[in-house]
Amino acid sequence: MNIWLFMISCVLTNNFIFSKFLGCCPFLGVSSKVETAASMGIAVTFVMTIASLFAYMVNTWVLVPLQLEYMQTIAFILIIASLVQFVEMFLKKAMPALYSALGIYLPLITTNCAVLGVATLNVKEGYNLLFSVLNGTFSALGFLLAIVLMAGVRERLESSKIPECMKGFPISLVTAGLMAIAFMGFNGLV
Amino acid sequence: MSLILSSAPHIRAKDNTQRLMLNVIISLLPCVAAGIYYFGWRAALVIAVSTVSAVAAELIWQKLARKKVRIYDLSAVVTGLLLGLTVPPSAPWWMLVIGSFFAIMVVKQLFGGIGDNFLNPALAARAVLLASWPALMTAGYNVGRFDAVTTPTPLLSSASTMDLLLGNVTGAVGETCKIAILLGFVWLLITGTIRWEIPVITVASACLLGWLLGTDPLTTVLTGGLLFGAVYMATDYVTSPMNRLARILYAVGIGVIIVLIRKYGSYPEGVTYAILLMNIAAPLFDRIPVQRIYGHTKAKKEGK
Amino acid sequence: MSEKKANLGKVFMNGVITENPTFRLVLGTCPTLAVTTSAINGAGMGAAATFVLLGSNIVISALRKVIPDKVRIPCFIVVICMFVTIIQLVMQAFLPSLYESLGIFLPLIVVNCIILGRAEAFASKNPVVASAVDGIGMGLGFTLALTLIGCIRELAGNGSIFGINVLGTAYQPMLLMILPAGGFLVYGLLLGIINALTNRKKGAAKA
Repeated sequence: MNIWLFMISCVLTNNFIFSKFLGCCPFLGVSSKVETAASMGIAVTFVMTIASLFAYMVNTWVLVPLQLEYMQTIAFILIIASLVQFVEMFLKKAMPALYSALGIYLPLITTNCAVLGVATLNVKEGYNLLFSVLNGTFSALGFLLAIVLMAGVRERLESSKIPECMKGFPISLVTAGLMAIAFMGFNGLV
Repeated sequence: MSLILSSAPHIRAKDNTQRLMLNVIISLLPCVAAGIYYFGWRAALVIAVSTVSAVAAELIWQKLARKKVRIYDLSAVVTGLLLGLTVPPSAPWWMLVIGSFFAIMVVKQLFGGIGDNFLNPALAARAVLLASWPALMTAGYNVGRFDAVTTPTPLLSSASTMDLLLGNVTGAVGETCKIAILLGFVWLLITGTIRWEIPVITVASACLLGWLLGTDPLTTVLTGGLLFGAVYMATDYVTSPMNRLARILYAVGIGVIIVLIRKYGSYPEGVTYAILLMNIAAPLFDRIPVQRIYGHTKAKKEGK
Repeated sequence: MSEKKANLGKVFMNGVITENPTFRLVLGTCPTLAVTTSAINGAGMGAAATFVLLGSNIVISALRKVIPDKVRIPCFIVVICMFVTIIQLVMQAFLPSLYESLGIFLPLIVVNCIILGRAEAFASKNPVVASAVDGIGMGLGFTLALTLIGCIRELAGNGSIFGINVLGTAYQPMLLMILPAGGFLVYGLLLGIINALTNRKKGAAKA
């Protein structure tokens, strides 16, 4: 498939949150402020890009030749966990401001289903190296778009008179549902 | 006198809202008339069912939630009217009831009531109906004067320009007669209910992009729901941005997305989704600082 | 002995009702939204997750005195991963259609916050039997929740429950229900209703 169309489909038509449900936990949990949402989105983009790269390499050059495909899940999660650990150490040394801004969200990226999800999807769809990495980056950008848009709406909802029983997760879920309906407009765009 | 309304906090006197809504209802009357003229009694039924259900939904909600009953502010009537005008004339009654209830209860009241919704309720409901019963929402235009017609052709320019202007084509109940829409637009401007920017810039950017991609501007304007959406849906002051720059971006965004969906997407009409998407982005657009803050070297652009 | 049984009963009911992972703790939202397009998928995912939860809770609890504190999270993940791989292979062999329906959400059980959360909050601090009961309770709560949402979405979006057509041919299915947007909406509205009922009960209890 055309690279440009592929990138657009990752961000809009097959948006990880609104079409694939990957990355919902941080999407619902870290989206109350635009700045935090943006930071989380950028961190996730970084991790997902590199994770896609390493996962592809390990799968293609180690697991498949040795017929160890069933070890995929274990291998990928170990890669992701170490990657996040490494990113944490790197940020602490090189960009302490960003490190403290992300705080607890950084280690939480390990349990973000989007990261493990994209690595597994790349194998399932049979993407080559380029498309795997592109999938990682642009799906993450789709996540970034979704979480920032959500934060914008949620900040606006702060001053709304939402009924008590809906406050918090319920209204966020309904909001996400309405946003998902809007994103359906991108169907067939690619 | 132009009314400037922000979302919250605000003091809302009941007669302000009522007067505003009344003006919108009056501006919609030409479309209602045109719809009934071309599509007959079915159109009247559709409009009546959706309006009554919208008011009923609001009444039921406010009674159940033990809130003050405010259906006299007419906002539910407007929502019901708008929904009824943007569906096919053969839409089944139960679909309209579900749509109206969803619009009022979920999109509006669940989020805090009037002024607190982040999406245009009528439009969101229309999108829900489109997603839930696509066959029912994209067929059934052969009603009234168009008994012999089998397919809706809201976007084909095979009809003459005069036909398109007058609404002598198939389409949603209230969207076909462009002259009726323009009359409503003029009324809304005279009474100061809306500002001219959003409708004009939306249509202009759609025409421009359409022209760049090979469609002549007249076709862009006269076909489909662009004009109706630009005048009545995009201008909803609750869900459109507050700052001028933000409003301009919002309007351009709507125009651009409409054309992109029309040309490349799988839906024949992109107005619904374009406006909903820009509703979502509106709070972010509003964050863009309008004036340079003293001391900053470059205006920081946040958001999408 | 009966006191211990009473405690275990409490632990079990905690997982199913009081601290139901889907409706009270709101954990594991990704599979909740993704696989509840039909009741059978919801139940299947719940069962798979319960198996993993039970297994990992037991093992982690048995090894809780041995696992060093600093590397406990990676250790938990490795244990959970083991059970996920087992259930993956078993399902692929014996329940291939369910395996296809669950798709990538089966391996994603590894990062399901419920399992890691229970390992951290309960299994690493409690004896084996209690941890096993907690695993069963939480798993059952999760399964019931997923099946409920699955039933609602399948009924409205397809007119059937567990594949059996219930509403007849005159019913026009509401397609939105089996789309992603419908998942978000059903989950959110259900959560709101349950909150409202719980609050009212609390209010009545206080008064």
